[in-house]
Amino acid sequence: MRVSFNVNGEDVTADDVWPGESLLYVLRERLGLPGSKNACEQGECGSCTVYFDDVTACSCMIAAGQAQGRRVRTVEGLSQGRGAERELSTVQEAFVEAGAVQCGFCTPGLVVQTDDLLERTVGAGLPAPDDAQIREALAGNLCRCTGYEKIIEAVHLAAGRRSGGGA
Amino acid sequence: MEFLSPSTLEEALEAKSALPEAVPIMGGTDVMVELNFDRRRPPALIDLTRIPELAEFGPEDGRIRLGAGVSYTKVIEHLSGRAPALAKASRSVASPQIRNRGTVGGNLGGASPAGESHPPLLATDATVELASVRGRRRVPAREFYLSLRTTARREDELITAVLLPEPSGPQQFAKIGTRNAMVIAVTSFSLALDSERRTVGTGLGSAGPTPLRAEAAEEFLSEEFDWEGGTSPSESVVRRFGELVAAAARPIDDQRGSAEYRRHALSVMARRALSWSVTDYRKGVTRCA
Repeated sequence: MRVSFNVNGEDVTADDVWPGESLLYVLRERLGLPGSKNACEQGECGSCTVYFDDVTACSCMIAAGQAQGRRVRTVEGLSQGRGAERELSTVQEAFVEAGAVQCGFCTPGLVVQTDDLLERTVGAGLPAPDDAQIREALAGNLCRCTGYEKIIEAVHLAAGRRSGGGA
Repeated sequence: MEFLSPSTLEEALEAKSALPEAVPIMGGTDVMVELNFDRRRPPALIDLTRIPELAEFGPEDGRIRLGAGVSYTKVIEHLSGRAPALAKASRSVASPQIRNRGTVGGNLGGASPAGESHPPLLATDATVELASVRGRRRVPAREFYLSLRTTARREDELITAVLLPEPSGPQQFAKIGTRNAMVIAVTSFSLALDSERRTVGTGLGSAGPTPLRAEAAEEFLSEEFDWEGGTSPSESVVRRFGELVAAAARPIDDQRGSAEYRRHALSVMARRALSWSVTDYRKGVTRCA
């Protein structure tokens, strides 16, 4: 079957899609967007987190056909520009600076989920999230290198900057 | 395999009637796992996400009608006051990403004894609405679960909504697991006190082949509880209530916990839920006085 939707602001079409295929597979294998990672394929790890019509979801649990006509935003859509001109988002920059990356496999999912947390807190005029809120928001993103402390530091750093409390 | 995308409930019901083995998919949090792991190859998927009616919720004849496709996140955001036990249970489901997609309708469709929705639906005497080309019918949640993963839903029916009675007293939900998030319940418990009818409702999760009620515990507490003043039940009443809840369980030993541990945990959760509820109940009594 053919599936058309919008990903990162661009209208795309994938052909020969098997009806039981996941959105994650379509993104990675048919559209050349490997940022969303494939790990558990059962919603346990959060590595494949994307925005699906403005709400974060595990793209491994969305059937390809359910994406028809919908709006998807992947980790590739968080930065601005292309190639050497590419500018990382505040959240991505904070993860780099705080050293919240070890093997990097869980990072794209964490970055998208953090972006959503900040959108719903400081982005909506609410206070920056505290440790408990951050842990709750990121509870579905597993880091097998177990670098959670640095990840939480990165979220605080990004929240401070996004609410205007830093550079 | 076919992928069907009906835009109305009528179309979906016709598809389900023509092909009863077709699997409905909403949030995909159960169905996609089975497809990803090659455990299931149904002849067709019926995508229910494009049917507006299923995603709606609101008041209906003194109850809340909750469309089968409303996400747990929406239940938490909008129904914490009007369906406290279900909202509490929804908060304990998996992770934010899963709560954004998973639905009460899907929980009822899969009917896993560990599903978080079931204990609150049993405790609050909710009703399940089913539809087919033959029409709609309503089944009390208390008559919905028949045997392991088997429910009153007929082959050609889709789950369209649940009807949640307006709460008239405290409602609680408690769950035991190895961590706070992303955990399948080792066992769970829900309690609802109905101050108008002076009845007690219970629901037990991961405590048997189906979600269960502890009817002897319900009757015992409804007779012993001080509905007028809401005074704290004596220690022996609290203990007996916990024992009766545990006695209603028919648990198994598995990788998540032993049957003995589950019974013990249920009696502890029952006592805790009762103590939280009595505190809430007294607040209600004081407000009315």
